[in-house]
Amino acid sequence: MNEPLLELRDLRKHFPLRDALGRARGAVRAVDGVSLAVARGTVLAIVGESGCGKSTLGRLALRLIEPDAGSVRFDGEDLRALSPAALRARRRDMQLIFQDPFASLDPRMTVGAAIAEPLRLHRIVPRGGEASRVAELLERVGLRPESAQRWPHEFSGGQRQRIAIARALASGPRLVIGDEPISALDVSVQAQVVNLLADLIRDLGLTFVLISHDLGVVRHIADRVAVMYLGSIVEEGAAATVFAAPRHPYTRALLAAVPGRGIKAPPIEGDVPSPIAPPAGCRFHTRCPHAEALCREQPPILAGGDHRAACHLQDRLPPAPPLQEAEPGGDRLRRLQAFFQPAGTEA
Amino acid sequence: MVLDIRGLAVTFRTDRGPLRAVDDLSFSVEAGRTLAVVGESGCGKSVTALAIMGLLPPNARLSGSIRLHGREMSTLNPAEWRRRRGRELAMVFQEPMTSLNPAFTAGEQVAEVLRLHERLGERAAFDRAVALLDRVRIPDAARRARQYPHQLSGGMRQRVMIAMALACKPRLLIADEPTTALDVTVQAQILALLDELKRETGTAVVLITHDLGIVADHADDVVVMYAGRAAERAPAARLFARPEHPYTVGLLGAAPRIEGGPGGRMSRLASIEGTVPDLLHPPEGCRFAPRCPFHGTDCTRQPPLAEIEPGHATACWRAPLDQVLAA
Ligand SMILES: Nc1ncnc2c1ncn2[C@@H]1O[C@H](COP(=O)(O)OP(=O)(O)OP(=O)(O)O)[C@@H](O)[C@H]1O
Ligand code: SF4
Ligand SMILES: [Mg+2]
Repeated sequence: MNEPLLELRDLRKHFPLRDALGRARGAVRAVDGVSLAVARGTVLAIVGESGCGKSTLGRLALRLIEPDAGSVRFDGEDLRALSPAALRARRRDMQLIFQDPFASLDPRMTVGAAIAEPLRLHRIVPRGGEASRVAELLERVGLRPESAQRWPHEFSGGQRQRIAIARALASGPRLVIGDEPISALDVSVQAQVVNLLADLIRDLGLTFVLISHDLGVVRHIADRVAVMYLGSIVEEGAAATVFAAPRHPYTRALLAAVPGRGIKAPPIEGDVPSPIAPPAGCRFHTRCPHAEALCREQPPILAGGDHRAACHLQDRLPPAPPLQEAEPGGDRLRRLQAFFQPAGTEA
Repeated sequence: MVLDIRGLAVTFRTDRGPLRAVDDLSFSVEAGRTLAVVGESGCGKSVTALAIMGLLPPNARLSGSIRLHGREMSTLNPAEWRRRRGRELAMVFQEPMTSLNPAFTAGEQVAEVLRLHERLGERAAFDRAVALLDRVRIPDAARRARQYPHQLSGGMRQRVMIAMALACKPRLLIADEPTTALDVTVQAQILALLDELKRETGTAVVLITHDLGIVADHADDVVVMYAGRAAERAPAARLFARPEHPYTVGLLGAAPRIEGGPGGRMSRLASIEGTVPDLLHPPEGCRFAPRCPFHGTDCTRQPPLAEIEPGHATACWRAPLDQVLAA
């Protein structure tokens, strides 16, 4: 089965802007010609700064919003061709985890009811079998089964994100998209949830799309990574390769900007331009330290084999600065950290 | 010494009882140096900043000592504090939109500070404001000076805040998560700008952050806070090379690195189990004990923040931690 589980082709989504009188005034070009494939049982990360279109892309992939153009194939089937009833049935295979665990749970529903909802909706377990399935799911995400009777507000942010994950897993999805699933959490709690996600992906053989701006987490769990800038993909490839030998100047800037690498000078100047009127030619040329005349005129295409980049100069760039193995704490720190073993069930 | 804090404590009166947000906190900052205060949400970083600024809300009670250039601030009345603040202290907040006035242009807001401080006329103040906006690297400063906050990007708004702070020529600049709301490439620009201004003006900087990477790149000294108290205090390089508090050790392992960890993809990250304590009911003794893999019966007593090396202090009965490795 080499066919990808999810395949996006030439996806485009522009959000029209209107003035106070309702007249059309241009559009936000949120996603502008994106093609991507996610192989079964793998983790693809989509990275980029705010407004680059990564969340819109995630919603398009699940057909939560309709594209203006392009196609989404799930398991070989064109999602756009499905009838509403067939799409509803498909939903059990595709789930989304949101960033904000406080907003994504209904405060008037007990934790158990929230997790049971998709079970009932998709008639997954026989009547009466829900409670034990809910208990199983809660244990799966590291919470006590008794949590089912409690209310969302009784839980901390990290625990609520576990509940949201249990709910997303309830229907037994084959594809899960996590839209910044840990960025609202405290640092120490982020590690717990990253460990949980890694376990689930491995144990359940999930196909996972991680939308994130946290490059450390991306490096930790992704097989492949796609870098977005102003609505399109500028680089895509195996995560280890993209991080070790980035081919696009924007990817290099993103990596150099990650704090803690001892790089004190900012890698690039300026802000991301407005997605309403993106620059002509290469969209990155206004901030690119290598830009030439060609870059200002002609949009580069995403080219290359397994490691693709959209840059006219990708074969002529100087080598990227190496990722140093900077671990000042060394062996002592590693041995101390070994005591921080994740335990089993909490709460 | 620009700032010297001794035994600072802040308690809020709340409906559910007294909440001690900051407890027995001491640190100092010298001119031209950056001290980072690092910790998770709710550990008391912002309350510390507001205490130094004299901006605590009415339901707060402060004790301990805050000295600015040797002058005790905590006993000043609010009007005096405000006057001193205007002359010597400036603060940059996480969300510049909430601290900028939406009804005035960027240039007007910087000019206003200059008029108060330097007693400049309107025209001269505006010209100086444009020069300051240019100094904080706002492109096309003369045009941007005539724009309103909502017309500026998040990064540019933060630059305007920094320009306003600079207009006071502060001896101490407090930056509370100044880049948390920004994208990483813009974050790198703002942090580099703060470094440069510190170098040029010799101001002391208190940099509040939850990101240890930022501490590593931009701080000289660091205080790690946990649940209102200092867990560890050290020169930044020393903290990363030889952390001596279990909480610091856990935090350092919690964020995966872009180099890829020693365990490889999908390996277990060091993870601090549980959650931060409720400050209305803090645990007795060491506040980290419920989450600490090294806790023992002695930890039901509060460990003092004690030096284990000159300049390096930690609040842990197990320190130096090599003991637990030898055991
Ligand atoms: N006005 C107030 N009244 C009562 N409690 C308060 C008040 N302001 C802050 N607190 C409490 O004081 C504690 C410390 O808050 P503080 O804002 O300093 O945290 P922080 O470290 O800045 O967190 P963050 O990283 O989320 O900004 C928290 O428990 C908070 O709820
Ligand atoms: S004092 Fe005890 S509980 Fe606290 S950090 Fe040290 S070993 Fe852990
Ligand atoms: Mg704060």
